[in-house]
Amino acid sequence: MRRVMWILLSNPLSVIGLLLVGTVIFSAVFADFIAPFPSHRGAVVDFSNFNQPPHWPNIFGTDLVGRDLFSRILFAYRISLMLGVVVLAIAVPIGVTVGLAAGYLGGWVEFALMRLTDVFLSIPPLVLAMSVMGLLEPTLTNGMLAVTTMWWPWYARLVYNITRSESQEGYVLAAEIIGASRLHIMFREILPNCVPSIVTKMTLDLGFVILIASSLSFLGLGVQAPTPDLGSMVAEGGNYLPDSWWLTVFPSLAILIAVFGFNLLGDALRQILGGDT
Amino acid sequence: MSRSEIMNAPVLEARNVSKTFVTGSHEVKALDTLNLSASKGECLAIVGESGSGKTTFANMLLGIYPPTTGEFFLDGMLLPARRNLVLRRTIQLVQQNPLSSLNPRRTVGASLRLALDVHSIGDRPGRSLRVGALLEEVGLPAEYAQRYPSALSGGQRQRIAIARALACEPEILVLDEPTSALDVLVQARVLRLLDELRHRRNLTYVFISHDLAVVRNIADCVAVFERGKLVEQARTQNLFSNPAHAYTRSLISAIPIVTDEEDELRRTMMEPRHAH
Ligand SMILES: Nc1ncnc2c1ncn2[C@@H]1O[C@H](COP(=O)(O)OP(=O)(O)O)[C@@H](O)[C@H]1O
Ligand SMILES: [Mg+2]
Repeated sequence: MRRVMWILLSNPLSVIGLLLVGTVIFSAVFADFIAPFPSHRGAVVDFSNFNQPPHWPNIFGTDLVGRDLFSRILFAYRISLMLGVVVLAIAVPIGVTVGLAAGYLGGWVEFALMRLTDVFLSIPPLVLAMSVMGLLEPTLTNGMLAVTTMWWPWYARLVYNITRSESQEGYVLAAEIIGASRLHIMFREILPNCVPSIVTKMTLDLGFVILIASSLSFLGLGVQAPTPDLGSMVAEGGNYLPDSWWLTVFPSLAILIAVFGFNLLGDALRQILGGDT
Repeated sequence: MSRSEIMNAPVLEARNVSKTFVTGSHEVKALDTLNLSASKGECLAIVGESGSGKTTFANMLLGIYPPTTGEFFLDGMLLPARRNLVLRRTIQLVQQNPLSSLNPRRTVGASLRLALDVHSIGDRPGRSLRVGALLEEVGLPAEYAQRYPSALSGGQRQRIAIARALACEPEILVLDEPTSALDVLVQARVLRLLDELRHRRNLTYVFISHDLAVVRNIADCVAVFERGKLVEQARTQNLFSNPAHAYTRSLISAIPIVTDEEDELRRTMMEPRHAH
């Protein structure tokens, strides 16, 4: 762990990644304290100060009903991160279990699970999420459900490939000869050898989940008003370009920072941990 | 068969064992109607070139896959294709490559502990003590339980693999080329350890090697495999002094002529087991 930290800090790109990710997480966690107008996350209206370009104290300007854009972006980060964490917290265990079972047990289990995975992987992610969201009400919970549906198969495939090659290793044979259970071999022997790749992919994916969630709400299928959401802000602000540029530019930058940060960090982890994502 | 074998009832017996691998339309006859036995407490060596079916024999003995025809017997009892825990525990394996046979992400202690947990050997708090005792039995400090395999040398890793097999308290140890991944000096030390352990624990060894020179000092009895067939089985001394088969003679003549110093080294490493 210390070794990983040290290598991270010795590479400028990963330091930038670390800083960006740190900023995003810090903003999300401490939004209540950093935001100059915490109440503006909700349905507040201030028509004396609406659609204003950046000025003090609204450093990112105000939106069409006079809310502080900076405060809303901080709270939007919180939603995005929560979405990402919850999606991965559901998708990763499902995908990992599917991949381990298919890769280690083989036979019809492998056939059934990997065909199912292939079906999900063959549908473009956004299309799958849109159809799920089209069927269900466009709420935050359903947004998470939609993104989760399309995310677990990537972990299934990743873990399946590693498990296939790890199963050939002598330590798996050794555990079998000793008489260890299949569950033990899958989760205690093989899984630890998948962890570096999984962690790397999770870091990369946090950025992508945020991007996909933003894309969904950009299309009007995500988080609903008045909850602040980066994708909806960009979509709404797009109608007022180029005059009210701040409505689009700042939320877009916020998305960029998050995606870019997680990517840099994920890439650095991939190099250090040697995961094959 | 020699007289001593007729007097000692075999603990292990292979009767008419054959194995044919079918891959697509392609068939490989890896073993052909093999009859072989090992006596209690003896070291039976199986030698033969690479591809002669040695590992296939070991895998079937361990129950990894069943023979195409024939059966194995343990103390006169038929060994079933599906082994229960007791039978698994009785026949254990030491693999060739100790780097692959130890999980790089689990500590030595965890790897040893697995055998104790699976077979409920000793009470739970006593198991860490047992892990330490096992390490000491193979000549390593008990503190090595905390280490990961990457922090160990090849010889140390192989000692751990031996300790793990012993943790199951087996009667029969299958050693599939246990020293061929090690350099000569380490090889001699590990061989001596194996020899000591066999006498101390009254184990029966099935010692697989492609190298006759390795088995010369450790085996009581040698079986020579050639392309899936048993061409000769004899007491070790008889085999070396009076090889019956041309193939065995060619294997013996393939043993590199060692310098006197090396030979001396091997002898000193092997001999003083009682004077230890
Ligand atoms: N799982 C398998 N599938 C197909 N052929 C195999 C398999 N295992 C071994 N063989 C073949 O059986 C023969 C004997 O192999 P093996 O027992 O590994 O020899 P050795 O251990 O003496 O080098 C070889 O020709 C090998 O290619
Ligand atoms: Mg072999």
